[in-house]
Amino acid sequence: MTEETSVPLHTISKGSRVLIVKVPEGKGKSQLIRLGILKGEFIRCLERLPGGTVVIEKNRREIAIGMALAKSIFVAYANTEQIEGKVRKKYV
Amino acid sequence: MSEHLTTVNEVNSHPEHIDHHKHLKATPVAGDTLHLKIALVGNPNVGKSIIFNYLSGLYMDVSNYPGTTVEISQGQYKKYIMYDTPGVYGISSFSAEENVTRDVVIEADTVLNIVDSVHLERDLFLTQQLIDMGKRVSVILNFKDELEREGITIDTIQLSASLGVPVFQTSAVQKAGFEQLDDAIIKAQHGKIDQALHTKLHTMLIEVGSQAEALLILEGDESLAQKHGIHVGNEREDLYIERRNRVNLIVNDVLKETKTRTRISTLLGRWAVNIWTGIPMLLVALYLIYLFVGKLIASDLVNITEKHLGNEIWEPWIRSVVSHFIPLTSWLGTLLVGEFGVISMTVTYLLFLLLPLVIAFYLSLSLMEDSGYLPRLATLVDRSLNAIGLNGGAVIPLILGFGCVTMATITTRLLGSEREKTIATTILQFAIPCSAQIAVVAALLAGAGFGAMIIYSVTIFAVFVAIGTILHRLLPGESSPLLLDLPPMRLPRLDNIVRKTMFRSYAFMKEATPWFFAGALGVGIMQVTGLLVVWENLLAPIVTGWLQLPREASTAFVMGLVRRDFGAAGLYELALTPHQVVVALVTITLFVPCIASLMVMLKERGMKEALIIWFTTWIGAFVIGGFVSQILI
Repeated sequence: MTEETSVPLHTISKGSRVLIVKVPEGKGKSQLIRLGILKGEFIRCLERLPGGTVVIEKNRREIAIGMALAKSIFVAYANTEQIEGKVRKKYV
Repeated sequence: MSEHLTTVNEVNSHPEHIDHHKHLKATPVAGDTLHLKIALVGNPNVGKSIIFNYLSGLYMDVSNYPGTTVEISQGQYKKYIMYDTPGVYGISSFSAEENVTRDVVIEADTVLNIVDSVHLERDLFLTQQLIDMGKRVSVILNFKDELEREGITIDTIQLSASLGVPVFQTSAVQKAGFEQLDDAIIKAQHGKIDQALHTKLHTMLIEVGSQAEALLILEGDESLAQKHGIHVGNEREDLYIERRNRVNLIVNDVLKETKTRTRISTLLGRWAVNIWTGIPMLLVALYLIYLFVGKLIASDLVNITEKHLGNEIWEPWIRSVVSHFIPLTSWLGTLLVGEFGVISMTVTYLLFLLLPLVIAFYLSLSLMEDSGYLPRLATLVDRSLNAIGLNGGAVIPLILGFGCVTMATITTRLLGSEREKTIATTILQFAIPCSAQIAVVAALLAGAGFGAMIIYSVTIFAVFVAIGTILHRLLPGESSPLLLDLPPMRLPRLDNIVRKTMFRSYAFMKEATPWFFAGALGVGIMQVTGLLVVWENLLAPIVTGWLQLPREASTAFVMGLVRRDFGAAGLYELALTPHQVVVALVTITLFVPCIASLMVMLKERGMKEALIIWFTTWIGAFVIGGFVSQILI
């Protein structure tokens, strides 16, 4: 998965499941990692509000992300089952 | 065991840590093994405070909005000293909450880590960090009851083996499993640490002497590095990612999903952040708050308490008492029980007007928080607030501002950056009329007709947007984006709501009361020395020439310095045309807020910024009021 095929988080459609490709560097990154939002993780878009605020779901948790942050998080639509297998393998 | 703990105590008893919060000052001297320090640590909304209350019998603020409890509570349980900490997702110095938690954890002998069973993946990050800090840890898996409803099972034996610390299961709401808490404290132990990290810690440990501080310095904690006079580590991200991966592996191992099911509370939570369903929900919520706070409390109840208890019973009584000792017409008499008397008007204001309102507002806020609605409201309005340089998190001070601007100014502490605090404070001081004022404004506008009401509302709203937009453009830097973990929607617990409301109202009254007295005293002195008349004369030409209002209206503006509603109430007695009513009300709404909120602003924002904002409201009010006047009249 390369950055070229990825899109910013605030543009994805409601309900879609995506793989995180890139999170922004800087002071906000640590908080994102703590919340489990980092490269290689899967999230689902629960809601996309007009103006770009998104609500994502990750393992039963709902996290709201403001537009300024969402547009610097890059994600890729993917064949989820296939990639989940890959990711699992990496961890085992 | 006692040897080890003594060492930890000695190493960590540095005065600069203790200074962060007064609670720790009361702790016994280092080495007192009879009083082991136990810290309750966990993510926000994991039921930490219920467990703390159970153990210590002390009240603690239980919150559903991430980051509203900055204070920590301390209590005694058996031979232990218990500390409750603000909910955090990890330990570092990203926020005031984390600083407080960090210091408590560094000082603690044992940590009870409360974990939300349903959100294991999120919570175990903190657990692993506590273990890496070298603390004795016991994990309390809370919300066991919700696991079943969510269709999840957790292999606690495996979890305990992977972490290397004991794991206990509880349901805090039903207080089930609480009998194991004693065991949890006694059996807490050092957990498993990644081998590579272990090596790095050893190197750092030689320099700082405490594993907890060694880890935090490796993770880039600058204040700790400075304390030990060494270079701060730059491995935070790598360490975080390794920890995150380790936790994900553990979760994969121990967690089994048996079925997936969407609960009604989950649906309700999703509707709240959807634009089509969320806005009607918001309107219903606002209407209910209006009925409760605006109608029931602000007009019905306050009418009885302020007019009857205050003006008719308390004030005449205190006047007659004082008149036995000093003549009422003397300067001291005026200061104490005169028009702005420190013990006549101020007491009425604080006890019979402000207190009921503050309680009502905090009650509404607590309900919205504990149900999980408030963070969703913050999400819904996030984008709109972005336009004025704030994020969704600013809804709390803005909503509270309609209750009492002083109370709201204190809560701007919650905001993410200095920039946002400045913007929110300015908006509050300028364009948000407090409840005391709204009542009078509404009554005057009702008399002036529908058109007047529209012009007034549009003007104030335009000013609100304009101030935010201008400051957003002018102030350097960037506002922090919203990143909010939305807690599940839950039915609020009545006892929690009541305790929290009382706790907050008390905290507010304690903080604001001295300022109200100081303000009244200040204006009283102006009255006694004749400065008040000088002010009035100074204002008079602007009032009659530029605003085109009767000369007597200048008195109302001076009154507005003391209490915002006094200013508006002063307009009652004047014979004004509907257009003049609009001009007068616009000016007085934008005009300086009461003395108490100036005092609190001075404290929160510093002398320079507070005075700039304060004087800008003077100029702004008269300029904008004047423009409205020139257009209308």
